[in-house]
Amino acid sequence: MPAVSKGDGMRGLAVFISDIRNCKSKEAEIKRINKELANIRSKFKGDKALDGYSKKKYVCKLLFIFLLGHDIDFGHMEAVNLLSSNKYTEKQIGYLFISVLVNSNSELIRLINNAIKNDLSSRNPTFMCLALHCIANVGSREMAEAFAGEIPRILVAGDTMDSVKQSAALCLLRLYKTSPDLVLMGEWTSRVVHLLNDQHMGVVTAAISLITCLSQKNPDEFKTCVSLAVSRLSRIVSSASTDLQDYTYYFVPAPWLSCKLLRLLQCYPPPEDGAVKGRLVECLETILNKAQEPPKSKKVQHSNAKNAILFEAISLIIHYDSEPNLLVRACNQLGQFLQHRETNLRYLALESMCTLASSEFSHEAVKTHIETVINALKTERDVSVRQRAADLLYAMCDRSNAKQIVAEMLSYLETADYSIREEMVLKVAILAEKYAVDYSWYVDTILNLIRIAGDYVSEEVWYRVIQIVINRDDVQGYAAKTVFEALQAPACHENMVKVGGYILGEFGNLIAGDPRSSPLVQFNLLHSKFHLCSVPTRALLLSAYIKFINLFPETKSTIQEVLRSDSQIRNSDVELQQRAVEYLKLSSIASTDVLATVLEEMPPFPERESSILAKLKKKKGPGAVSVNELEEGKREGGELNGGGERGDNSAIAASNASTPSPSADLLGLRTGPPVTAAAPSAGSLLVDVFSEAGVNDDGFLRDLEPPTESSDSLLAEGPGDSDSAPPSVVSEDPATPLPESNELLNKFVCKNNGVLFENQLLQIGIKSEYRQNLGRMYLFYGNKTSVQFITFTTTVTCPGELQSQLNVQSKPVEPLIEGGAQVQQVINIECLTDFSDAPLLNIKFRYGGALQNLTLKLPVTINKFFQPTEMASHDFFQRWKQLSLPQQEAQKIFKANHAMDTEVLKAKLLGLGMALLENVDPNPENFVCAGVIQTKAQQVGSLLRLEPNAQAQSGEQMYRLTVRSSKDTVSKRLCELLAEQF
Amino acid sequence: MIGGLFIYNHKGEVLISRVYRDDIGRNAVDAFRVNVIHARQQVRSPVTNIARTSFFHVKRSNIWLAAVTKQNVNAAMVFEFLYKMCDVMTAYFGKISEENIKNNFVLIYELLDEILDFGYPQNSETGALKTFITQQGIKGQPQTKEEQSQITSQVTGQIGWRREGIKYRRNELFLDVLESVNLLMSPQGQVLSAHVSGRVVMKSYLSGMPECKFGMNDKIVIDKQGKGGTTDEPGKSGKQSIAIDDCTFHQCVRLSKFDSERSISFIPPDGEYELMRYRTTKDIILPFRVIPLVREVGRTKLEVKVVIKSNFKPSLLAQKIEVRIPTPLNTSGVQVICMKGKAKYKASENAIVWKIKRMAGMKESQISAEIELLPTNDKKKWARPPISMNFEVPFAPSGLKVRYLKVFESKLNYSDHDVIKWVRYIGRSGIYETRC
Repeated sequence: MPAVSKGDGMRGLAVFISDIRNCKSKEAEIKRINKELANIRSKFKGDKALDGYSKKKYVCKLLFIFLLGHDIDFGHMEAVNLLSSNKYTEKQIGYLFISVLVNSNSELIRLINNAIKNDLSSRNPTFMCLALHCIANVGSREMAEAFAGEIPRILVAGDTMDSVKQSAALCLLRLYKTSPDLVLMGEWTSRVVHLLNDQHMGVVTAAISLITCLSQKNPDEFKTCVSLAVSRLSRIVSSASTDLQDYTYYFVPAPWLSCKLLRLLQCYPPPEDGAVKGRLVECLETILNKAQEPPKSKKVQHSNAKNAILFEAISLIIHYDSEPNLLVRACNQLGQFLQHRETNLRYLALESMCTLASSEFSHEAVKTHIETVINALKTERDVSVRQRAADLLYAMCDRSNAKQIVAEMLSYLETADYSIREEMVLKVAILAEKYAVDYSWYVDTILNLIRIAGDYVSEEVWYRVIQIVINRDDVQGYAAKTVFEALQAPACHENMVKVGGYILGEFGNLIAGDPRSSPLVQFNLLHSKFHLCSVPTRALLLSAYIKFINLFPETKSTIQEVLRSDSQIRNSDVELQQRAVEYLKLSSIASTDVLATVLEEMPPFPERESSILAKLKKKKGPGAVSVNELEEGKREGGELNGGGERGDNSAIAASNASTPSPSADLLGLRTGPPVTAAAPSAGSLLVDVFSEAGVNDDGFLRDLEPPTESSDSLLAEGPGDSDSAPPSVVSEDPATPLPESNELLNKFVCKNNGVLFENQLLQIGIKSEYRQNLGRMYLFYGNKTSVQFITFTTTVTCPGELQSQLNVQSKPVEPLIEGGAQVQQVINIECLTDFSDAPLLNIKFRYGGALQNLTLKLPVTINKFFQPTEMASHDFFQRWKQLSLPQQEAQKIFKANHAMDTEVLKAKLLGLGMALLENVDPNPENFVCAGVIQTKAQQVGSLLRLEPNAQAQSGEQMYRLTVRSSKDTVSKRLCELLAEQF
Repeated sequence: MIGGLFIYNHKGEVLISRVYRDDIGRNAVDAFRVNVIHARQQVRSPVTNIARTSFFHVKRSNIWLAAVTKQNVNAAMVFEFLYKMCDVMTAYFGKISEENIKNNFVLIYELLDEILDFGYPQNSETGALKTFITQQGIKGQPQTKEEQSQITSQVTGQIGWRREGIKYRRNELFLDVLESVNLLMSPQGQVLSAHVSGRVVMKSYLSGMPECKFGMNDKIVIDKQGKGGTTDEPGKSGKQSIAIDDCTFHQCVRLSKFDSERSISFIPPDGEYELMRYRTTKDIILPFRVIPLVREVGRTKLEVKVVIKSNFKPSLLAQKIEVRIPTPLNTSGVQVICMKGKAKYKASENAIVWKIKRMAGMKESQISAEIELLPTNDKKKWARPPISMNFEVPFAPSGLKVRYLKVFESKLNYSDHDVIKWVRYIGRSGIYETRC
């Protein structure tokens, strides 16, 4: 640091710091600091001018004190003064102080900006660099506002020094990251791209970071960078390590730049131009070749730099996914790394291979490493590496090796870390399902899974087993036999009991022929587990028992006995009690025929996305796996297994990935199939298993759905409902209006009729008329669904002081709105005195059992009570002058939101309710209006003047709006309302 | 019960570590250092709970004493013990400092073994301890077997704090009433809170096993006497007696007798000890009145005028008077004018310190200062901390008077009249603040 170099060292500062370091206690330190602060204060008092050196010294001390954790509330001015010094060290300390201590809302910001501006326009490169660093370090919005236009100019100017360009590029990057809206694209963008050709490697490195960031946002504008990047890359790759001198790092030419170039190329698809592409492929091949060469140095930095480029190149190859040759070579290279002694390398290799496995060209090549990966899963010491190995196994699995991989994963599961067990379970379950050739293997696998890691088997997994068993006739018998055997183990997991209960309940008859598994034996086996289970499982078992009664009439008396026992029929749990009572009655009253119909075997489930897959996706987030799955789906589209299962999966997965979630879809069906009982529960995953049962059956098992997953939760927390309306409808708090209600309000400032609100369920139209201080408003509530809304109520409230300003009366509405019907409500409004808030309209109704609650602002604004007043030019200006008190006037200058069309403006002003006065203002461009606001308490005369300026500075269209009225609150409110309109 | 005891220096390095129970591990030492000594906040709670372990600490200059326990102990007992331990150490080697602790660490371990046993406090009477934990070599003070057995019987006996067979040529007795008066006063002179905490410290050089009785103007005792004997005017007795809010005694005082008759009788230890501690809140004599006058002249100037008035008999002299006037944090210069004493702006403490050596009663003195301020850019207003004062006066601000101290020794032939008694009152300032 030159600031404390010997010649220019600040002795006072050094002494002070060593004093502080020598302090024996905190108290002593505080004393020393207080003393120093007092000293600095007396020096800064301003009696005598300080020279630059001492100013710098004291500012430095202040900075040090601040960094020790004390508050500094003075000295900012001195620091700003330092900025205008001509000495580098003084300027530097000034900038340092400012970037550390000055916050953006300080009054000094103008002075600082000015100083920065001066430095930017100076010809001194070091000063320019300092200024740029300061801008980047502070990086606030204000800074961006002030300099976002200036920096690109510096960046692309021909005569800027290289070091300045470097700083400017990074500074611009920082500003772009903090406030992208302020960094406007312009003609400089094309010139920035050409910085890739710059002689100076530093400039290229800095510029490429900027370009990468920019091109991620606007890929089209920077398309030209591809060919430049490729040629730059090829020059680096093909250069001898000595060519680049300063930019050679441990014999690797410009590793950072290479990585950045490769990363930039990953923003774009493969180049179309054959020559460019050929060159790029050549580069990538060279990089792969270099990896094979013996290392030029034993230093770790050398191999790190080399590998960094290699991995970046491999991810580019994977990104392109079009060069089979390269992909295979990359895969082989990674295969070598799998056995490297460096753990990090192994980790990276596994991770990259995971993506490689999803490419059709390299899938086979990846598969050759299966033994190594399995070995890694077993022997790696680091859990994160093992995790990657498991991921890779999952990714490389296909029908040919599924059995091996699943077996390996199962055996690993027994010793796996707790943190990854659940994920492993899901993966095993998915693989077993996806690649099952014979379903007995599948059933075996899943039951094994439950046995080994029962605690980690989520609901979805066993739902899926049942789904598959029910849908496939050929496996049912085997499944029943296997679960029966599994249940015979002295201790079995609750999930096993669940699966066993369900399957025996459905298909117990298939194995009843064997005397070893006669109906009574089956029942006794199940019932022996009953007492050890939780309530939901017990409920499920009760349902299985009633099914038993249907399947095996001979067990009826035994089962009835069980149901009748106090522990069931008087169970403290309501659910169990109800089931026991209902099943008991059902079994004793209903005839065999009725019983057979009611307790019929479950019909096949509709095919939909595997709920397990969804769960895994949710666990992983919208990251690698879902993309992986998608590609997987595409690739394997042909070879489906079991009843078109797979195709369905991928289709849904695809639609899933392309934003609208299944639940949003379902709500979106406005005119589609009738939204019956199945719809509201569609959001819960349980539907996969049980929803059909709900429709067809009397409700057997339907109530298995945990009560929490009712339709409310669908609306409230649908996994992908990022799209506006439905989620916000269910705002629990009635007092807070919808976030967009203010906008809705603004829409109605200049008009009286229109649609106030619309979502997928409901549309609210509005029609209003006003006379003097009275108004009447008609609200039309339209039901857009085919289901009726019940308990429909609306209430209009005036929050806060509005109560005394506005008198609102509403007539009640019909509590029931049929599907597709519309009801009307009349609201009478009386304006007592001027007001600024708007009354709130709260709407509550039940739709398909779910309570909907929404709050809007009624578009009643002060200007509705305007009475237009015509007057001549002379009169107007006389009154204008009368209203000259400063608080009577409200003025606003704002940007135009819409195009400046005279006719539209006129229409809007007329809609406002004032009289538009022609030929009053000497400038025909301007608009003047006059009107009187009628309230019960008083009349408020108001005058308005709107001055459009089509060519204001920076080419934007601006307005100046001036409102004068006899009451200050009215002027202010009118001004606020109108500013949003133009 | 106390599980362990640690002594740290200001950096948090452990000087003494004595663990009494197995539930306290080595990591407790670090836990206290990390969470308390190196804590960021300025104000630390004396009791800290870290991972189900309680740490009680006191700080003496730069030294931290911490008692550690995992059990639910009586916190007051632990602090009493810590204070006692400080007293014992002071009695043995003077000021508690890092240097002294390092030089005497063997002695400290010896003491800790004696005064705490398996975490239970034992005899911590300095006089008694000094008989068998000595600082000189055994040679210098040859102890006979007889003496040694005497020590055992004494320490384990009923009167553990005094050994038998003490003989003085001159029976002498010194009694100090030490009080510290605490006050918070509003700028208008209204007392917001005030209390006196006092101690009666004795130094006794008496032969044999004397029985002492101490009497003071305790309101309850005076009123009872008044009722029993001649009926005094209530107003008169109110003036002379004081209401003691609460008090604690040295272990030698017979508490049963105090409870029943409210008389303080005891067999005193030899040498110096603290007979009692007490606290009063009513009818406190405030030795000084501070009248502040602060005027802000614009944004860059502040004028301060402070008058102090002494409020006691003109014949008495207050000593070591120090008035501390806080200055704003953006002070850039100070000019002080005072009639009496010396005043100086101490930047390191952000205060003007005004010192007066002596001042008689019913006098007044004043200081005026002009403070220049540096304009700052944040609008934070100065919090105006209170003006504080330090002093020493030769009377007890609580109004406590020693009525008698009788000494009876039946076996030896000296009577109460033969004992030379010295009584002294010292009133000091505690936190004596006036808001401005």
